[in-house]
Amino acid sequence: MDTPVKSIKDIPLDEILLPGTPACAGCGGLLTLRHCLKALGENTVIVNAAGCFTLLSIYPFTPFMSSWLYTAMACAPAGAQGVRDALDILIKKGRLGSEEDLKVVVLTGDGAAYDIGLASTSGALYRNLDFYYICYDNEAYGNTGFQWSGATPFASKTGTTPPGKTVPTGTLTNKKNLFEIWRSHKPPYLATISPAHPVDLYNKFKKAEQYKGPKLFIALSPCPPGWATDPSHSVNFAKLAVDTGIWALKEAILGDVKHTLIPRKFKPVENYLKEQGRFAHLFKPIRQEETIRKIQEMVDEYWKEVGI
Amino acid sequence: MGKMREMLTGNSAAAWGVRLAEIDYIPAYPITPQTEIIETLAKWISDGVMDTRMVTMDSEHSMITAAGAASATGVRTFTATSSQGLLYGFEMLYTVAGWRVPLVMVNVSRGLSAPITLEPDHNDILSARDSGFLQIHCETCQEVLDSILIAYRLAEDERILLPILVNMDGFHLSFTREPVEIPDMEDVRRFLPPYSPKHAFFKASQPMAQGIAVLGGPIYSYFKYQIHLACMKGLEVYKEISKEFENIFGRRYDTLEGYMTDDAEYILIMSNSFSTLGKAAVKRARERGIKIGLLKLRLLRPFPEEDLKNAIKGCKAVAVLDQNIGIGKGGILYPEITSAIYNEQKRPMLLSFIGGLGGKNISESEFDFIFDNMIKAAETGNAPPPQLLYTETEWNEMEKLKKMAGRRY
Ligand SMILES: Cc1ncc(C[n+]2csc(CCOP(=O)(O)OP(=O)(O)O)c2C)c(N)n1
Ligand code: SF4
Ligand SMILES: [Mg+2]
Repeated sequence: MDTPVKSIKDIPLDEILLPGTPACAGCGGLLTLRHCLKALGENTVIVNAAGCFTLLSIYPFTPFMSSWLYTAMACAPAGAQGVRDALDILIKKGRLGSEEDLKVVVLTGDGAAYDIGLASTSGALYRNLDFYYICYDNEAYGNTGFQWSGATPFASKTGTTPPGKTVPTGTLTNKKNLFEIWRSHKPPYLATISPAHPVDLYNKFKKAEQYKGPKLFIALSPCPPGWATDPSHSVNFAKLAVDTGIWALKEAILGDVKHTLIPRKFKPVENYLKEQGRFAHLFKPIRQEETIRKIQEMVDEYWKEVGI
Repeated sequence: MGKMREMLTGNSAAAWGVRLAEIDYIPAYPITPQTEIIETLAKWISDGVMDTRMVTMDSEHSMITAAGAASATGVRTFTATSSQGLLYGFEMLYTVAGWRVPLVMVNVSRGLSAPITLEPDHNDILSARDSGFLQIHCETCQEVLDSILIAYRLAEDERILLPILVNMDGFHLSFTREPVEIPDMEDVRRFLPPYSPKHAFFKASQPMAQGIAVLGGPIYSYFKYQIHLACMKGLEVYKEISKEFENIFGRRYDTLEGYMTDDAEYILIMSNSFSTLGKAAVKRARERGIKIGLLKLRLLRPFPEEDLKNAIKGCKAVAVLDQNIGIGKGGILYPEITSAIYNEQKRPMLLSFIGGLGGKNISESEFDFIFDNMIKAAETGNAPPPQLLYTETEWNEMEKLKKMAGRRY
């Protein structure tokens, strides 16, 4: 493994994901992906599931320097299995030189990762498939206009969990704990990442490189249209999520969890919530004190449980 | 290995076809009555007689995805399923056809739930008829083995580059032993050269985007038309290939198979293993002096419209025996055949029958009923509405079961 980089200046300048995509301005997922690909390099094949990023490659254009295969919504990890196995077979049988090998990278949103693709992911993890998984988690079905997914946080507003007279809270469920679901398969490498922390992100990919088997990444990814936030503030929100403790940056190597970036002093979650349109109903027309407190308590509880 | 003759089930004949085609990769998922195929292959792989990688996937949806993706990376891939499994993976049938990959998949037909059953009819396979997979339907175990070899040749032909489904009936073929000639490996290699695609690969030296999105109807239509035209081209290419197959192996497989059709005034159209019952019925009717023949549909996609027209030219009445049911309309193949001949100047009366659902037997009396109806229709010029075949004995048995189940009506 290379020595970890210390500053953003040490991250390669080469771009694998080129500008000019149809993604929204300020898309946190796209920024995440850009950093991830810098760490992964050119020799990758990205296996994608239905979501916003499906529209990155539109015939006859692709913004990637690398290869791409769009599958369907539930089965990108199965597509990765087919590609990985085929590359291994071709190399083993001498029909492809080993210099032609590619890293197989699954790229999906949270809807695919947390919900419809959970079984196909579990299968790939269980079979110890040698691949990367990047989940850009914007906490809802973004491409269809931002509806509730298993990743949607408590008390946020989505198209299918709108706050109203009978349900002023909006979403009543808590965010599913995908990290723990994935961790239960004991993959060699698993981490959460943030586009606001490219150095942490880059080093995690570099560390993951040494392992054969599943290397998994979940990135909390601000989504201006869905979160109803200013596109120029996406990185701030990604950073606030970490600073408030809502998004814990951590890694798990063969199941052993370590937090990689613990805020010295946690900011109140309210700082993170109050500027986002999807939480606006918690503050106006009346302040939903108890709900805000509950969110703070859940975050406190998490950090208490992990002993910090 | 020279050629051999063995008693094989339809499933083991399929496995032999796969073995001879020197498949690189098999993603699999169990389902009755197909499982014996993948178990047989798994054993051969484990014993080292096949240099193939096999992976049991988490579902048929994943299985077809992995198969398509591997094919898109450049390896020869096989998979198999049946009924519920085919429907579970349905989304991916259209997808991998759109990827233009020459995957070959066996479907062992089984009636669709509910009610759940293990026995065959063709609603499963016919649901995939518009997906872009070519379809070859088999009556015998030999046909299953041979069709797999033909299917790879056809699918991998640069004029086609589409996946193919090879179909056989569950139980009636999958578990029935018949004598099968297992071809010589060297002959197979002559017929089916190694797969080295120019269009499907992922490699470092040449990045490639596959399966990508399009914006706008004209681009979408262009690619869909391409798939359709390539599939239609399959009619001509199939004939070339089956000729070559005949030259090497001495067995002939036309797009349709006529049995006693040459001078026939009446023709019964069927497909798959129940055709054997139909042939026996036709033979009996011939003995009674009825000039009848049977036309077995083999290549169902692309649909051999011209061959069909020629085969039934000049006959008085044709009956289509659909072993499937398009709920709310009737037999699925009947309208396909109707539309194929509609614009002909002289066309026979066309009758529709549905039978053999969920493996229900088609008895001699039912065949005779069909033949009587054809003759009557030809005489009177009136065709009866589509008819659901069911015998009185079956009816009485059912009444008994209903009583046991506590139903009084
Ligand atoms: C089987 C299937 N069901 C539903 C859809 C519709 N669909 C397309 S994209 C999408 C949202 C995906 O959400 P997510 O995975 O979170 O990615 P995002 O759109 O947020 O990037 C949905 C529901 C589909 N394409 N396929
Ligand atoms: S909707 Fe959200 S996730 Fe999708 S492209 Fe726009 S900003 Fe990115
Ligand atoms: Mg999403």
